Amino acid sequence: MRAFTYERVTTAQAAAQAVAAQPGAKFIAGGTNLLDLAKLEIETPTHLVDVNRVAGLDRIVPTPDGGLRIGALVRNTDLAADHRVRTDYAVLTRALLAGASGQLRNKATTAGNLLQRTRCVYFYDTSKPCNKRKPGSGCAARGGYSRGLAVVGVSDQCIAQHPSDMAVAMRLLDAKVETVMPDGATRAIPITDFHTLPGKTPWIETVLRPGEFITAVTLPRPLGGVHSYAKVRDRASYAFALVSLAAVDGPGGRRFAFGGIAPKPWRVEAAEPMGSAGAVADHVLAEAAPTADNRYKLTLVRRLLADHFETGAAA
Amino acid sequence: MKFDQPAGANPIDRGTVIGKPQVRVDGPLKVSGLAPYAYEYHDPAPNAAYGVMVTAGIGKGRIDTIDTVDAERAPGVLLVLTHKNAPKMYGKADFPKPGPTDKDPKGAHAAPQLQGAEIKQFGQAVAFVVAETFEQATAAAAMARVGYSNGKGRFSLAAGKASAQPDPKGKDAHVGDFATAFATAPIKVDTTYSTPNHAQSMMEPHATLAIWSGDQLTLYTAHQVIHWSTQGTADTLGIPREKVRSISAYVGGGFGSKLEIYGDSILSAAAARQLGRPVKCAITRPQTYNHTTHRPPTIQQLRLAAGRDGRLTAVGHLTWTGDQEGERGELASDQSRLMYAGANRLIETRFTPLDLPKGGSMRAPGEAAGLLALECAMDELAVELGMDPVELRIVNDVQYDPTVGPSRPFSDRKMVECLRQGAEAFGWSRRHPTPATLRDGRWLVGYGMSAGIRNNIVMPSGTRVTLRRDGTVLVETAMTDIGTGSYTINAQTAAEMLGLPLDKVTIRLGDSLLPKAAGSGGSWGANSSTAGTYAACMMLRAAIAERAGLSGDTLFADGHVSAGGKSVALRHVAAAGPLTAEDTMSYGDLTKQFAQASFAAHFCEIGVDRVTAEIRVRRMTSAYSAGRILNPITARSQCLGGMTMGIGAALMEELVVDERFGYFANHDLAEYQVPVHADIPALEVLFVESLDDKSSPMKARGIGEVGICGVGAAVANAVYNACGVRVRDFPVQLDKLLDHMPVMA
Repeated sequence: MRAFTYERVTTAQAAAQAVAAQPGAKFIAGGTNLLDLAKLEIETPTHLVDVNRVAGLDRIVPTPDGGLRIGALVRNTDLAADHRVRTDYAVLTRALLAGASGQLRNKATTAGNLLQRTRCVYFYDTSKPCNKRKPGSGCAARGGYSRGLAVVGVSDQCIAQHPSDMAVAMRLLDAKVETVMPDGATRAIPITDFHTLPGKTPWIETVLRPGEFITAVTLPRPLGGVHSYAKVRDRASYAFALVSLAAVDGPGGRRFAFGGIAPKPWRVEAAEPMGSAGAVADHVLAEAAPTADNRYKLTLVRRLLADHFETGAAA
Repeated sequence: MKFDQPAGANPIDRGTVIGKPQVRVDGPLKVSGLAPYAYEYHDPAPNAAYGVMVTAGIGKGRIDTIDTVDAERAPGVLLVLTHKNAPKMYGKADFPKPGPTDKDPKGAHAAPQLQGAEIKQFGQAVAFVVAETFEQATAAAAMARVGYSNGKGRFSLAAGKASAQPDPKGKDAHVGDFATAFATAPIKVDTTYSTPNHAQSMMEPHATLAIWSGDQLTLYTAHQVIHWSTQGTADTLGIPREKVRSISAYVGGGFGSKLEIYGDSILSAAAARQLGRPVKCAITRPQTYNHTTHRPPTIQQLRLAAGRDGRLTAVGHLTWTGDQEGERGELASDQSRLMYAGANRLIETRFTPLDLPKGGSMRAPGEAAGLLALECAMDELAVELGMDPVELRIVNDVQYDPTVGPSRPFSDRKMVECLRQGAEAFGWSRRHPTPATLRDGRWLVGYGMSAGIRNNIVMPSGTRVTLRRDGTVLVETAMTDIGTGSYTINAQTAAEMLGLPLDKVTIRLGDSLLPKAAGSGGSWGANSSTAGTYAACMMLRAAIAERAGLSGDTLFADGHVSAGGKSVALRHVAAAGPLTAEDTMSYGDLTKQFAQASFAAHFCEIGVDRVTAEIRVRRMTSAYSAGRILNPITARSQCLGGMTMGIGAALMEELVVDERFGYFANHDLAEYQVPVHADIPALEVLFVESLDDKSSPMKARGIGEVGICGVGAAVANAVYNACGVRVRDFPVQLDKLLDHMPVMA
């Protein structure tokens, strides 16, 4: 770990200004991912801006249009347990509880969860090439160990997967990410636009601008219907998804979002009206480019969808 | 005391303390954080500096350039060692070849560091940065710039298989006429399995605090066998062995990894000497995977032939394994010498050199990997025969070493009892022999079973016991407790021998100044160390009896020693001054006269998700025979741990070799997966208890490793029974099943 300086802020705009003011500065909230990465010098922040005491971001409040605003600092445990979330956005609770461990969920925040970095083993090893970690150094995952990595949305520069469960549910629910800029301006970013695909710039993972600080994630009014989250993994807990399927079967139709198969939570809206599992899968996987190691993920996607169509809910 | 005749009746047989379920005497210290592990000693060295290793980023080649200027100038840095300035060290090759009777050969445990530009393995230390704080040392270590030229490494066992040579350390056996027997048998299987590299993944990473006082070195270190730590460190540094003291009072698991020494101890010692100041180093978790040893990989061909009655006529087990030159690899064929009957036998191991990190021992080296293959092949044979796999094993039980004949009987072989009692407890009779016929909702349910064997090893072990003035007893030995229960069972042994309640016994372990002991490895620890305590207690009993003026048969019970109608309280005997006795138990040739092994039978119920092919163990019953069970609580814990580790080996554990770089790519606990609580359902452990009088006066055998032996095969066989898919490439994971699962719309 490199030495860094540290400050604590109490307002969102001060947070944004503090990070914008110093190249190499990073926000820290739960620290469940950043500290691990800093220990390995995959992240080398020069300055940490502790946002844990920014007022008002640890609450979940109703929005005027019948949705929920989830403060950026709401811990995963609290979000999963919130009765409004459990009642109206059950897929979110299920996804959260499928992730990490109780201890990690107690620390991890809503905003931080969206910003998790990939679990690609080459990203995690500074002795190896990785375009995401060191632009232009190459992609060791191509031709290497890729069993857990992405099969869609990849580029020749990067095949890393996004590891979050929560973000998959957020994507399904059409969440919006609310932010504040150093100058106080705010914006609301639809989650579909929030994460970016690697393309030729795999080190860029979101549309956030320098210093831009997430204040909340908002959910639109409840969809109703039956919610499910199926997470496939080698061990029963404390493992990232090989493939996950978040689904809602509601009055407005079916929705599907996938985790573990792409560099971002993966949802193809055009696939959702299709009448059969196979047709949905064909759309979802239309541009799949698997490796020999992770081709099985295509089979898993198809089987999860088939099961969903057969039984009504996959979990 | 020498154990060279089968044990007769002895004081252990009273069984008032030994054999009773006794919670760990060190438990309260551990759960309250008062049991210090190597890295946690602060008082002996309040001024300790911190060392951090820089490890090689290539698998094979040379260091061209190493630039440590920035690291040396970094805040707090005291010393940077590289191959350019490290002191001379000595390896195995620098010492004369040991003779056959050489007990502690020089250099056998040496581990020289930073002795040249050659890179022999990824993860080898290339620099050691010492600073005032851990954080400063870590930051500076990352500033070292190393330029390499890549060499051509051999990283693939499959590629090296064709040119593999007989393994000098394997026990090949050619009995009868295997080729003819196999060719002419009516029923046979010829099947090949592979097992990957495994990491021990103990909870406490390797760590050392090194303190010099003049020419005397003290190591607080995480090690399984204290004298191997002192010998290895002294030999490497080129100093007399008696100048090194090692302390491993508490060790957070080892599973074989801590049978050897690594950069943490050698580099801390070297830097501390140079700096004139104590130095401590803990190997980081990611470094453990490529710097320390692991279980080497295997490919195993099993050729089993039987008559229609199921009796084996030919047993062929050929293992290909690989490791660095001069190492042994994984001797996965060896247990097939002894496991089953069969007149014709071909047991072979072929070795190919690999430039991966050096292999070593991991829980049940040989058997753990070998039984994965043998016991799955037996399941395949049972299918070919149309025979129940439990019955197949029972008809092939053999009460003598089948490579020698009836002249070398087993001391105590209760495998059939394990099979029968385990099957009964599990409810094996409810199994559906036809695969993929039992369903529970979305789960395809299967039953699988296997048997296990682990060779019994005894080692000389010494103990000192002191009857103190207050009538309590102090037990001291350099034995280690790596989480296994050595403290408890040695205290129980002394309590039993001296007729005292356990709370009158104090015990000290894990210090090389104490009597040299067996240490913890190869399942020899419990039986051998308690036998040493037994020997010392026999001597103390004689001294007590003499002072008490007693002669003839003495009885030590209820705090008194009695003989000939006279009874004296031990505290009265002790009032005249403490009495001390020290002895070492050594062994004759009973392990040669008799085949000695512990046995197991495992029964597993598994669920395979019909959609995703996720595999989850639903329940498991294992029955074990290990002679006398010294303490059913600690013994059961060993078995539960073995079963858990066996489930891991079956379903998830694999060090992934990236052959482009020559290293293990998944080097943390997120990516090298071992079971978590949610993977482990109710596990049932049964003991088929007996007294093995050929093993030691304790009449016990090893139990630490038999726990895992065969477990993974029961799991894999259950997967086959659940879904009809035979995966022969461990671990058995969903991506290997998916294409064979029921078709979905």
